[in-house]
Amino acid sequence: MATAENTLAFSGGWEYAPAPESTDHIEVASRYGLFIDGDFVRPEKGRYFDTINPATEERLSRVALAGPEDVDKAVKAARKAYSSVWSRMKPAERGKYIFRIARMLQERAREFAAIESLDGGKPIRESRDIDIPLAAAHFFYYAGWADKLEYAFPGRRPRPLGVAGQVIPWNFPLLMAAWKIAPALAAGNTVVLKPAETTPLTALKLAELIADAGLPPGVVNIVTGAGDTGSAIVEHPGVNKVAFTGSTAVGKRIQKALAGGRKSYTLELGGKAANIVFADAAIDQAVEGIVNGIFFNQGHVCCAGSRLFVQESVADEVVEKLSQRMETLIVGDPLDKNTDIGAINSKMQLDKIRDYLKVGEAEGGSLHQASGKLPRKGYWCRPAFFTGVSQSSRVVQEEIFGPVLAIQTFRTFDEALEKANNTPYGLSGGVWTDKGAKIFRMTQGLKAGVVWANTFNKFDPTSPFGGYKESGVGREGGLHGLDAYLRLGE
Amino acid sequence: MATAADRVPVAKTYKIYIDGKFPRTESGRYLAINDKRGALLANVCRSSRKDFRNAVVAARKAQPGWAKASAYLRGQILYRIAEMLEGRREQFVAELRAGGVTAKAAEQDVDRSIDRLIYFAGWADKYQQVFSAVNPVSSSHFNFSVLEPMGVVAIIAPDEPGLLGLVSNIAPAIAGGNTLVALASETEPLSAISFAEVLHASDVPAGVVNILSGLKSELIEHFASHMDVNAVVCCEGGRKQRRQVQTLAAENVKRTVFRIDTDWRDAGALNPYLIRDTQEVKTTWHPIGV
Repeated sequence: MATAENTLAFSGGWEYAPAPESTDHIEVASRYGLFIDGDFVRPEKGRYFDTINPATEERLSRVALAGPEDVDKAVKAARKAYSSVWSRMKPAERGKYIFRIARMLQERAREFAAIESLDGGKPIRESRDIDIPLAAAHFFYYAGWADKLEYAFPGRRPRPLGVAGQVIPWNFPLLMAAWKIAPALAAGNTVVLKPAETTPLTALKLAELIADAGLPPGVVNIVTGAGDTGSAIVEHPGVNKVAFTGSTAVGKRIQKALAGGRKSYTLELGGKAANIVFADAAIDQAVEGIVNGIFFNQGHVCCAGSRLFVQESVADEVVEKLSQRMETLIVGDPLDKNTDIGAINSKMQLDKIRDYLKVGEAEGGSLHQASGKLPRKGYWCRPAFFTGVSQSSRVVQEEIFGPVLAIQTFRTFDEALEKANNTPYGLSGGVWTDKGAKIFRMTQGLKAGVVWANTFNKFDPTSPFGGYKESGVGREGGLHGLDAYLRLGE
Repeated sequence: MATAADRVPVAKTYKIYIDGKFPRTESGRYLAINDKRGALLANVCRSSRKDFRNAVVAARKAQPGWAKASAYLRGQILYRIAEMLEGRREQFVAELRAGGVTAKAAEQDVDRSIDRLIYFAGWADKYQQVFSAVNPVSSSHFNFSVLEPMGVVAIIAPDEPGLLGLVSNIAPAIAGGNTLVALASETEPLSAISFAEVLHASDVPAGVVNILSGLKSELIEHFASHMDVNAVVCCEGGRKQRRQVQTLAAENVKRTVFRIDTDWRDAGALNPYLIRDTQEVKTTWHPIGV
């Protein structure tokens, strides 16, 4: 693409001096056991695996690999805590424990933010301003529900389900743990949670915090490992409820594994959100929204606005402004406060993204990638977009989970809506226009669980999140997120 | 059948109901439905996979229009169905009795079916207010969550009570803006099929409700696996069927709802959670300020 002179006049104008977040105040142990029944214990088989910093490829810590026997111990601890303590506790007292977690998380927010960026590669600006505050807010929000559940479901008597088995991804490690643990505890369940194998540290720090908060042993158990550990949780007969966030392929496998059983489940799966820009939108704001939609968290976001639809009459302008804006994005050290795009979470994910860049070009798409230097070590990907792609292109149909945008154009409202809905996914969507009636017609028409109008990628503990179609089953967050952790008897 | 009568009564051909029309099954097959003594009451259609697929096409075509119909209109149409059923009360009582239901039970079931339609007619413009929310987010955004229909719902209706069970599952699904394909009771299909005639006379748009008769053992896998069905509601079957339905449903992450132990004659079957079962929650954000 021929790029005109960059009117943002940014690159080369000046250089940012490094502004690294200090890490001298954080503590990461050289080795972590499994958090079961209130204590950190050795895994039965004595196996550990490395968790590395994707920005340096250096080892941060060694973490226990939980086998089925460890998962069994954790589930039994959770069951015991459920029957003997947590389900018998006065709901208001249960709530106070959860409030306490929220407050302690706020106290230690900066430490958690730094560890999140070290372990997962996301920019400190995001972990500091979004992930950790939202995680604390989640606990605070659900804490207050503990003694008010009957008001959420008129005409019903809500009761807890028992032991919740929860498996979470690596893109928002602590935040996803909060999304899972907070409503489960507020509803009166106990928990066995497995963080992702590339980002276990903040969940383990949360385990420390939960122990410090004096939660009764066994109410929250945290076991680390990869897919096999997750399967052991999902398939354990002592688990009453499965909550999974991850890929659609794994979600379908879980749905099949649970078929015919009594376990209830919620699934928060993949997405390929449409972000639709009409000619009458505020273009500069829309460009910021596109950037936030696809480059937030390196594009490791299930609700990322990864398919851009621009109305034909403004397409050249939007694409030009976007490519100029991309030149200003700083890719690099996640701990640097100026960094916009951090490290890709793992080598495996980087390989996958690179494959898609090749596939997109092989299918005839034209690739545009920001220039700019990358650090020598670590896993990095410059922000990128494709033009000249079609509805059938793989980069349009499949979830890449990286900073790669697929751009298409449209002429009419109906064309935009039809293209937007032409996907098996239905997690989120976005629309940019200054016309209120057009906003509502589009937000009603999009088959997606979350729709952002003139904004994108906003989250809040009071706001339900979850997908239509193959993007999942059930909602997390808000009043509607309680439902997943309760039996609604009469 | 009458013998040596002055007039030979005209027997009804029981057909299936797809896209507002009454075709025979494309398969040409039938199931004999007998009374308690073993005498033939009717031959009903033994619907095929192809019939089901045709019905899904009709339901999908009708879905956007029905979802867009105002809540007030959907309520009035449900009410209209009740009016039509009330007017044909005696026919339905007779049909249930012919199938072996006692006179009293038949009358009660028809009355309950009518009243159930009235109940959900009243919910059509209220459940949204009960289950939606304005969410007090911390940032400067207006944020609200509303219910939207899941889309096309496939229903395996309970075998017993044939009419009331079918009505109790159709009413909440269409009150919420879904369109559907229902497999009628295998043991008591006659009144269920006649109910299609009531629907047909009640301003229910073509394709909103499609009713098939046939064998669960043959059709359940197609109900569960069809890629253009959003949710399956299953009122029959044990653990084995449950596993089959959920396994096949996973192919497109279909929502599954099981109503196996519900007593459709009990007051517990009257609640808006039956509507909510086939609804999605959609959350919309918009900035506040300029």
